[in-house]
Amino acid sequence: MSSIAQKKGFGATIWDYMTTVDHKKIAILYLISGGFFFLVGGLEAMLIRIQLMKAGNDFLSAGTYNEVMTMHGTTMIFLAAMPLLLAFMNAVMPLQIGARDVAFPFLNSLGFWLFLFGGIFLNLSWFMGGAPDAGWTNYASLAIASEGHGIDFYALGLTISGFGTLIAGINFVVTIINMRAPGMTYMRMPLFTWTTFVASVLIIFAFPPLTVGIFFMVFDRMFGANFFDVTMGGNTIIWEHLFWIFGHPEVYILVLPAFGIFSEIFAIFSRKRLFGYTALVFATILIGFYGFMVWAHHMFTVGLGPTANAVFALATMAIAVPTGIKIFNWLLTIWGGSITFTTPMIYAIAFIPSFVAGGVTGVMQAIAPLDYQLHDSYFIVAHFHYVIVGGVVLAILAGTHLYWPKMFGTMLNEKLGKWTFWFFFIGFHLTFFIQHFLGLMGMPRRVYTFVGDQGWDLYNAISSVGALFMAIGVIIMLVNVIMTTVKNERVGNDPWGDGRTLEWAIPSPPPFYNFAQTPLVRGLDSYWIEKMEGNKKGMTFAEPLGDIHMPNNSFIPVVISLGLFIASFGALYHLDGDKPWALPVLIIGLAITFISMLVRSLKDDLGFHITKAELLEDQKRGETDGSK
Amino acid sequence: MVNGLKKWRLFALLSALLVFLAGCGQKEISTLIPAGEVAADQFNLLILSSAVMLFVIVVVVIIYVLALVKFRRSKLGDELIPEQVEGSSRLEFIWTAVPIVLLLILAVPTVYSTFDLADISTMDVEAEEGDGMTNLTVNVTGKLYWWEFEYPEYGIVTAQELVVPTDERVYFNLIAADVKHSFWIPSIGGKLDVNPENVNTFYLTFDQESSELDDGVFYGKCAELCGPSHALMDFKVKTMNAEDFDQWVAAMQEEEPAPVEGDLAQQGEELFGADGAGCIACHATSGTGTSGAVGPNLATFGDRNRVAGYLEHDEENLKNWISDPQEYKPGNLMPDDETLNGGEPFSDQELDALAAYLMGLTVEE
Repeated sequence: MSSIAQKKGFGATIWDYMTTVDHKKIAILYLISGGFFFLVGGLEAMLIRIQLMKAGNDFLSAGTYNEVMTMHGTTMIFLAAMPLLLAFMNAVMPLQIGARDVAFPFLNSLGFWLFLFGGIFLNLSWFMGGAPDAGWTNYASLAIASEGHGIDFYALGLTISGFGTLIAGINFVVTIINMRAPGMTYMRMPLFTWTTFVASVLIIFAFPPLTVGIFFMVFDRMFGANFFDVTMGGNTIIWEHLFWIFGHPEVYILVLPAFGIFSEIFAIFSRKRLFGYTALVFATILIGFYGFMVWAHHMFTVGLGPTANAVFALATMAIAVPTGIKIFNWLLTIWGGSITFTTPMIYAIAFIPSFVAGGVTGVMQAIAPLDYQLHDSYFIVAHFHYVIVGGVVLAILAGTHLYWPKMFGTMLNEKLGKWTFWFFFIGFHLTFFIQHFLGLMGMPRRVYTFVGDQGWDLYNAISSVGALFMAIGVIIMLVNVIMTTVKNERVGNDPWGDGRTLEWAIPSPPPFYNFAQTPLVRGLDSYWIEKMEGNKKGMTFAEPLGDIHMPNNSFIPVVISLGLFIASFGALYHLDGDKPWALPVLIIGLAITFISMLVRSLKDDLGFHITKAELLEDQKRGETDGSK
Repeated sequence: MVNGLKKWRLFALLSALLVFLAGCGQKEISTLIPAGEVAADQFNLLILSSAVMLFVIVVVVIIYVLALVKFRRSKLGDELIPEQVEGSSRLEFIWTAVPIVLLLILAVPTVYSTFDLADISTMDVEAEEGDGMTNLTVNVTGKLYWWEFEYPEYGIVTAQELVVPTDERVYFNLIAADVKHSFWIPSIGGKLDVNPENVNTFYLTFDQESSELDDGVFYGKCAELCGPSHALMDFKVKTMNAEDFDQWVAAMQEEEPAPVEGDLAQQGEELFGADGAGCIACHATSGTGTSGAVGPNLATFGDRNRVAGYLEHDEENLKNWISDPQEYKPGNLMPDDETLNGGEPFSDQELDALAAYLMGLTVEE
């Protein structure tokens, strides 16, 4: 197989992406599908804000509102934020550690397709009898009582996409432990790699409790297992514990990679080494560790008793310390630097006050007795949007601008990028700042309507206007993406000019084998060190040019995922009892999955080699456009 | 330029003021205007934590703004390569230690207050003089989408409108009859979940008589998503001094309700009863009894502040509600009018009669 550039047809490109095991292409798949679900979730958010624009609005009915609200949360967390972050992890992390791919390229592809089919399954609920309507937290008593198939779509869809996420987490952990280039010690890893590492460990520990919870839920609904049926001796609080033992670390699974992206940005655009790198690393680990100790702060009002509440209150407060360490280290990174206000940097700069605001309200809610007032009010809605939009979404938007050239070889328009930023940023604060006060003024969350003249009308109207601003920002960004793609102005290795880590030392986009020769890492910010020493190649090599072993493409991941997708419909409609075709569908689906797994296990797939001659040819052609 | 800046500042200041002045909400429901000891404690914690957090924000903003002003590349020149500082253990120590101190300032009242608000030691304690308990206990049951309030000591039960005495601790036992709810009276104190599997207990204190309020009642809310009409699962709280409360209890305890006056209302009573539409099968009209009814007790309906917990208390809304409950509270369990009335909707005359009867159900003078 040659790496010589060929113009491929549309069908061939699609086939290429459906069978690819290349981490960079999988990253693009994650980016596109995560981006799509982000738009879907955003649309749902707009519906919510239109409904709550004024008192007593009847734009959405009560039941529909609950579906929209549930799907907004579920989509944004599981199908937008996580995949978009996985896109950057896939695109950048292997490059940052000087690897040619992740440890398990086949699993990487499988993880993606499981996520995508799970996500599609969940969203098909809209067209197949109603979406889930018990909130993204899916509290058991309401979920069990919910009629129709919404909750089944939730449980089965999240099970499938959860498998995908778990596989991705395991893959990244193994990759980072085993595949670092020579000299890339743990304490020389770029911070984005570190946060990917910690977030992946969190995925490994946090997703099993969710899976257990969802299994209980599925068993209750499908087989009458009564885990959560109070009248049969079940207990609904168990769901709350399982969900939040997953749910709280999930917040850090999202926000740690966001921290990683911002850490890269602060260093690049201040032209300065990260201040307190060691402290940042340990703060990351500490946050990940504490993340598992605090789940019950979501349950202060459940009635766990004062001892549990006090312990979890103090544990929660403790998380503020490592988070504070991070904020101050970032501030000291830009302090004394040479700050340039590119689009990614503006997002990073905007992130600090936004996230601090979300952080301090977090500490306020850690005060258990105060939380009795704040819990389940609009205050908490404001708080977690400050953390997730002000932290994670700003990081995703920043990362999109930062890594677009590395992923696609062309730069997003800076001017449009700044327009997006201003609309989105102003809209974000307009929407959510005021919601703190709505909560304090007694407005509960998850209400489809409210009665007028309670002092809430004006603030809700302002909040809805803000949402419109955010929507405009996102639309400008889409225009930007299309214009950039059409123009297709190619860029070099280090388009921002101040890249510090290994990914900026290789072409944009990199050749499919990433590094013709594995680099030798001589310190933190490897590329920066070489640049400062005047090394035009940007790298010191750890090995002579030689043959490279690469994995073959495979269609099997799509088939495995498709099998589970089909089986889920069988499982779901089997519940109805009057659909004889459901059981065969379930069996056929599972058969497809297991047979394709068997094929994968029995058939040897030894991969192929890129010869030295081909690599030399590539290099002669100027090391650009390697991926084509 | 300077002038423009000044004007802009003034504008910003004024709009900020406006937001904060308008920003306390309404006495009936805002946590920012506490009307009970518990809410006041929580409000104080809010102020304390806001002050501490404001300090943090100010420190961050100062460093942030200075950094952004001083270290712009446009000022420093394009060629400058800043010194690659590794870090400073002294600074790391400072920004680890100072937040810990700040958190300790918050931790002490947090722990104290957590235990204080969970203190139920005076619950079910026999009064030394006279009979009865030292403190009132109310058993609250959350149902789709209404609230039942039982006063076990007095053998009375009501719904949708909680009546409590001021200036004493009132204990609440909370349980859900179906799915999980959460019991919240924002201006009186924080919420506690109403679980289906266990009784949760806490206390609140009501410091203000609700007759002083514009609307005459405090607003209570369900704070946990419980289905389509979660947003409408409101209740109201009437607070009165101990003397008035005792009178109210005595009136509720009357076994023989006052005779219904007026032809129309008497027709309504007949229609309401077992020989009519059979409303009484679910809705008791006597204040005595225990919790566990299928529908809200209507003994005090005429005294109430709202129809169905949230609609203006007038006959028009009442008639609309009876004609089509699903329109006003989707997913509630009340049968539609045709089911109740033998296959036909209530006629206007029947609705008038029912409304007249229900509005006449009162225990207050």
